[in-house]
Parts: sequence; structure tokens; C-alpha cells
Amino acid sequence: MLEITNTRMNHLIDPSLHIWGWEIPVYLFAGGMVAGMMLILGFFFFKGREKEVDCVCTNLPLLSIIILSLGMFALFLDLEYKLHVFRFYTTFIITSPMSWGSWILILVYPVLAVSLLLRLPKFVSKLIPKLEQYSNKLKSNRKLVKSVGILNMVLGASLGIYTGVLLSTFQARPLWNSPILALLFLVSGLSVSAAFVHMIAKSVYERELLAKADNAFLVTELFVIFLFIIGMVTSTKIHQDAIALFLGGQYTAVFWIFVVLMGIIIPLIIQSLAISHKIKHTPLAPIFVIIGGLILRFVIVSAGQYSSWY
Amino acid sequence: MARYGMAIDTTKCVGCMDCVVACKTENNVPEGLNRDWIQTIVNGEFPNLTMEIRSERCNHCTNAPCVNCCPTGASHYDGGGIVLVHHDLCTGCKACIASCPYDARFINPEGYADKCTFCVHRVEEGKDPACISVCPTYCMTFGDLDDPNSEISKLVKSRNNHTVLPEAGTSPNIYYLIGGNNA
Repeated sequence: MLEITNTRMNHLIDPSLHIWGWEIPVYLFAGGMVAGMMLILGFFFFKGREKEVDCVCTNLPLLSIIILSLGMFALFLDLEYKLHVFRFYTTFIITSPMSWGSWILILVYPVLAVSLLLRLPKFVSKLIPKLEQYSNKLKSNRKLVKSVGILNMVLGASLGIYTGVLLSTFQARPLWNSPILALLFLVSGLSVSAAFVHMIAKSVYERELLAKADNAFLVTELFVIFLFIIGMVTSTKIHQDAIALFLGGQYTAVFWIFVVLMGIIIPLIIQSLAISHKIKHTPLAPIFVIIGGLILRFVIVSAGQYSSWY
Repeated sequence: MARYGMAIDTTKCVGCMDCVVACKTENNVPEGLNRDWIQTIVNGEFPNLTMEIRSERCNHCTNAPCVNCCPTGASHYDGGGIVLVHHDLCTGCKACIASCPYDARFINPEGYADKCTFCVHRVEEGKDPACISVCPTYCMTFGDLDDPNSEISKLVKSRNNHTVLPEAGTSPNIYYLIGGNNA
């Protein structure tokens, strides 16, 4: 028997850590989604699809800016000392993933702004007609478009990985303390963004391509979840206790039903049938993937805080 | 360079919480929050039970994860390795709280991360931290762990002791003295 009695009852700390509420999972979800959208956008620019009239590249930069800003606003709401938010940008701490993330987020905006300029939405060019001239100049330089594509992919990958690294470096929380978490969040970000872009894409080619890509990401995500669990189960006692939260513990139902079954397996089946033309493409599968991706962040953030060394 | 630490004799500590009250009074710790606390650990099978009463607080780790993860440099090592928080640099992002395996930090109602400071303002005046100065059983000793002639170094060297969660790799600087002497 081991019985621990503690007189401490600090707000947000006891009886188990719960410092991060809905804001952080929403921020991680938005960050992951934008990361995936930047990877898709970068790929399309790299392949020269921005020349196609119905390319989804027209919508992605502006949507990415909006979604990322919403995520950052959620992060801002989470800060306890909001007036000090500028402190993130008065220094760079090499050992702090949060510091890395702050600067990556700042780098993402100008790249998305240039991407927006490359395929100006009509309402923007109507609003500021001068931008059309700059846009035409930029578009005519193929090398530049390719470079913007590469930048989008590099920053997208960095952002996606960062959302996982942020948690995995907290050694004090055994459930997060897995290097596979970075890969899981990157792949989940990709599957969520592929699902979202699939929903808004007008081109049949892009819809088919993204449905296939989404299926590949979902299969990879399943494999990464398997690796994550195996890694924990074969690790130390505290890690085994942490993953037990998903294997019979209090997060079992929400994880397996909403993240794995609803967020991965069911959409995988629906999309596979749609790709093989047995059923029509339906928004149901992408919506399930997006909700599953959001719940994954909620579950990981919440269960991670619940897991501890004691 | 000094390395400040504490040695707490668990064979003397009775868990009276005088240290907790002294800390709150000395540092104006807000209501409902604590920088130090009492942890009681009962281990074994009846009738062979052991009990350890520990006065716990921030371990002022030599390899402090809270310092490493702080994105603004607010959490830092002060003189003597004491881990402190610059209130005007802290954003209240709570990364340091998530990174501490001892859950020693909390958010002060004013918005910054708060924790034990080893009463650095008293230490600078040559006094002991408030918790030590009031202990009725004299179970706590504060001093420089790098000075082989200090009382704390002698205690850590001569008495059986352990730290909390050394396996977390944080190199904590609070030593809990247990029964028996070092061979």
C-alpha cells in the first residue's frame, strides 16, 4: 500500500493539474490545421496549380490567416497576464519550445500574406485594385512562386511539429512525454486540413486528390497512434500508468469512440467507398475527421495534465 | 558560487504546518494558495507500515525544467542557484507549471507564476527562510551545499537521505534526512 496525503490545495493544480482548459486544445487544433493547409498550399504552388482557375489556392491563404488568428486569440485568452503578451517577442529562449513556436507563428503570417497576393481573391482585388498589379508581377516569376511554395511547406511542417513538441517536452507529464506526439499532431493536422480543403475545393481533380491524401493521412495516423501506445506500454511504470488512461482508464471511451472510431475509421471507410465511386462524396466524412482532430487535442491536453509522476 | 539547498529531517518533522503558516505570513501568499505544504506518505502492509512526513516546496532544481521551458526568461536562476520568477517578464502562460513534476508552482491572482523563493530577501540579510526560523522541532537546515564545511553539507554527507523524484532528472536541492547514518 502507498498512501499519499497532501495538505496543498492550490487553484488549478490540485487535486490534479488542470491549468489548461479549452483554449490550448483549440489553439493546437488551429495551429495543426493551418500547418496542414500550408503544406497543401505549398504543394499546389510548387506544382504550378495556382494557374488553374478553380484552384483552391485562392481561398487557402486567407482562411489560414483567419483560422490561425482565431487560434492565437484562444492562446491569448489563456494567458494569465495578458498585458505581458509582447514579452514573447522581446527575447528568444532556445530551450523553450513555446519561444520557438511564438517566432514560427510570426514567420507564418508574411508567407501567408505573400501567398494571398499570388492568388488574390476577387473581393480583395476589388477592395484594393493596386494589389492586382503586384500580384501579376509576382505570378509571372515562376521561381518565386515555387520558393513561396517551399516556404509554405517548410513553415507548415515546422508549425505542425511544434504543436506536438510543445507538449512532448514536458517531462513532468508522462502522457505527453513521447517524441511520437509531434508526429501524431503533424499527421492529424494534415488529415484535418485535407478533409477541410476537400470540403471547400471546387475542382474535381483536387477533391479526388485530397480525399485520397486524407485517406493516406488517416491510415498513417492510425499507425502513429499504435506506435504512441506501444511506446508508452513498453516504457517505464509512470508511462504505463499514463497510457492506462486510454486503455481502461477514464479517457478510454472518449478516445476510442470519438478520436479513433468517429475521427479516423468511419471517415476512412466512407472516403474509400467514395474514391472507388461506390458512393458519392459526402461532407460527412470530412466533418467527422475535423471533429475527431479537435477531440484528439482536447483528450491529449486533458489526459496529459491528469497524468503525473505520483 | 554557492548552491543553496535544504535538508529536512523527516524523523523530527511532526507535520505541524508552522512552516506553511510562516511562509504565508512572511510572503503575503494569497488566500487558498500555498508555496509550501505537508506531504505524508504511508507505505507498506499492515502491521509493517512506515510513515514519512515531509515539508515540501519548490526544489530549486539544478536542472530546472521550469527555467528551460519559460518562453520569456521570466523563470531564471538567481544567485546561489535559487529559482525565481521575474514578475514583469511573466506572461502567465503556465508552461512552467506544466513542466514541474512537483507541482510546486501556481498562478498568483495578479497573473504571474508564483512559488517558493527560499525567502531570498531574508537570505540576502543573512537570515534563514521563514519556514526554518519557526520550525518547533528544528528539523530544517538551510545552507550552501557546495561548501563542504556548511552544516547542511555535513548533514547530507553523514545522514541517510533522499530527494523527491530524482528519476525526473531535475537534480533537486532539497534533501530529506531519514533514519540512520551513512556508512
